[in-house]
Amino acid sequence: MTAALRGRRHETPTAATLVFEVGAWPGHRAGQHVDLRLTAEDGYQAERSYSIASAPEQEALELTVERLEDGEVSPYLVDSMRYGDELELRGPIGDWFAWDAGGTSRPLLLVGGGSGVVPLMAMLRHRAAQRGRAPARLLVSARTRGDLIYAEELRSLAAAPDGFELFVTFTRGGPSGWPGYTRRIDREMLGEVSWPPPREPDVFVCGPTAFVETAADALVGLGHDPGRVRTERFGPTGFA
Amino acid sequence: MSPITRGFFGRRRGPEHADRLPPGQYLERGFPVLSAGPTPRTPLEAWTFRLTGAVEPERTWSWEEFRALPSETVTKDIHCVTKWSKLDTVWEGVSVDALLDAVDVRGGYVSAFCDGGYTTNLPIADVSGGKAWVAFGYGGEPLAPEHGGPARLLVPHLYFWKSAKWVRGLRVTARDEPGFWERNGYHDRGDPWREERYRGD
Repeated sequence: MTAALRGRRHETPTAATLVFEVGAWPGHRAGQHVDLRLTAEDGYQAERSYSIASAPEQEALELTVERLEDGEVSPYLVDSMRYGDELELRGPIGDWFAWDAGGTSRPLLLVGGGSGVVPLMAMLRHRAAQRGRAPARLLVSARTRGDLIYAEELRSLAAAPDGFELFVTFTRGGPSGWPGYTRRIDREMLGEVSWPPPREPDVFVCGPTAFVETAADALVGLGHDPGRVRTERFGPTGFA
Repeated sequence: MSPITRGFFGRRRGPEHADRLPPGQYLERGFPVLSAGPTPRTPLEAWTFRLTGAVEPERTWSWEEFRALPSETVTKDIHCVTKWSKLDTVWEGVSVDALLDAVDVRGGYVSAFCDGGYTTNLPIADVSGGKAWVAFGYGGEPLAPEHGGPARLLVPHLYFWKSAKWVRGLRVTARDEPGFWERNGYHDRGDPWREERYRGD
């Protein structure tokens, strides 16, 4: 289906939320992604996948995209695409890394690194829209305060007394007086943030590969059922 | 018909690779990792590879027995459904033909099963005739756990989710039984040259 750009919000110096108007969007589940196909005037095409940031309840479809320095598509989306410009959009895709507020009162544990917070934000927005009963916690890792996507919205979600708790770690140091974590995620941090395994939280982990490997290993090491730890990874990794 | 995306120029691929990239794929020089859950870590003493289901007799190889089977080094292009392709990857593994030759096969499909509970389904025709391996080496090194080690299926002519990581055996079935991603919205066969990404493609 064809999607036209209707708005853009710059979230951090390198990430922007793109608001699309989609012809016949069939609806989605929080956590799913879409494929974008961009076609140059000479017919050259490039395709990429991006997580959906908006809740199913929101009218417009929003994607938050991190600009990759060497990227072919992300610099265009973040910096150059103008309102009204069109691309082909396919989706929603992925029935595994998806969460429904209505179905469960099981605790929801979300662990995101960098722009891995995007599909987790869709889940939190969905939970808020549905007034979900499941308690939820988000542990998000960003390099610095300026790199934290959705910082304001996360703070206001956490301020509402509805069972959502926010934990942030700044891996390159927090602002002065920052009382929270200032290191890469590790087992100790996840042990402090997560519910005990007998509570059987549904766990979603998204981020760069090394981040997801560390988090998922630690969660399994803490005793969480590997079958309940859902992961989504992005970014290349070498063998080195 | 895709709309023209105004202002998008993209990065043309060099002509030397154009015929090796299936539609919608881009060239990747790293090796991205994709999996649905935590990385399982099975010690080699506890590792086995099994041929089970509609086979006679069922067979089980220990790691030592498996590694004593004749192995091959193959150089293949691989294509992930998430759009990256990587050319000329070098693998070492046991041909699935060598495993199937050890039994009488009585079904037309296999379901690969893995540590962590992952499964994927393939027609026998896609894993026989020199098209598939159980790979234990990559680039001259033992296969790393995050890439599916100690051993993964390698079926390079299909999208890479068919190359099941942490594979522990093949169950031969009379009927096609959709595996993990195949039940979660992805295509049943996954031929990258036909761009069979999702159910309905």
